[in-house]
Amino acid sequence: MRVAIVTFPGSNCDYDLYKCVQLVGGTPEFRWHRETALGEVDVVMLPGGFSYGDYLRAGAIATMSPIMDAVKEFARSGGPVLGICNGFQMLCECGLLPGALLRNRSLLFSSRDVRLRVENASSVFTQEYQVGQILRMPIAHAEGNFHADGETLDRLEGEGQVLFRYADAEGEVVDSANPNGSARSIAGIVNESGNVMGMMPHPERAVEPILGSVDGLGLFTALLSHFSPLGAA
Amino acid sequence: MSRFRLEIRVIPRPGLLDPEGKAIQHALLSLDYEQVQEVRVGKLLYLDVDAASSDEAREGAEAMCRRLLANPVTQDFEIQVQEATEETVPA
Repeated sequence: MRVAIVTFPGSNCDYDLYKCVQLVGGTPEFRWHRETALGEVDVVMLPGGFSYGDYLRAGAIATMSPIMDAVKEFARSGGPVLGICNGFQMLCECGLLPGALLRNRSLLFSSRDVRLRVENASSVFTQEYQVGQILRMPIAHAEGNFHADGETLDRLEGEGQVLFRYADAEGEVVDSANPNGSARSIAGIVNESGNVMGMMPHPERAVEPILGSVDGLGLFTALLSHFSPLGAA
Repeated sequence: MSRFRLEIRVIPRPGLLDPEGKAIQHALLSLDYEQVQEVRVGKLLYLDVDAASSDEAREGAEAMCRRLLANPVTQDFEIQVQEATEETVPA
């Protein structure tokens, strides 16, 4: 599995993703935002961070980067694109995913572990999980409050496009477990065709016991097994 | 070709949760400004542009808002155009 990790000025999770892809046996390659081609890759990942200092709106200016035309083309042709945190904000800003990420309702930057309930385990990103499974991984954001109009939210839910929701340790989706005020506690979604996924929590920071959780690993091993069914990278 | 000063207001959609506005409202209430019923916080952008006419300047600004300056999911925008004068153009 060859993975392009796109680095923008202000990205700070690009190396975490690089290590993570290596850890599961994939081949990561950095792409600078000013490049115009992705090359021969199987997956594109947009990392977390603060591209362009979150100026204007988080992720907005990054979507004007030269590489984004190639990312959109890759997505349109069915290639899997994973956006984490700032990457999720970019995917919403450029219209590859519906909705928008607003300021956390607390107004605070929130950096802590949360629990997610797996809502759909049939996507290429979540096929190693089970529906209802509870995952623990960190969040670190100030603009993670997922917003979309009611019709869009109904469609996301109806089509199984909600992959993760914030939940408590028992797996109950309750308001007190929603760290940012996201509509319907949505933490991660996938597009209609199932190949573009965005999430605010950081699975790449939950892939080794020393990090406190390995619950994020499944997302990356799922992609790897999709592209290397025999286990070869 | 003339120079125009665009004043673009980008504001959160009515009804949309605006936590920053809420925080400011609470701060104003703590200063006893109990008359404040709602606060919404947006952005004000000044752009100096060259265009053949005021209409052309406005059309350009509308396109900029749709493509970058405002998020169509969460924000509305308002554009005011005035011909730039000695006073409006910063030194």
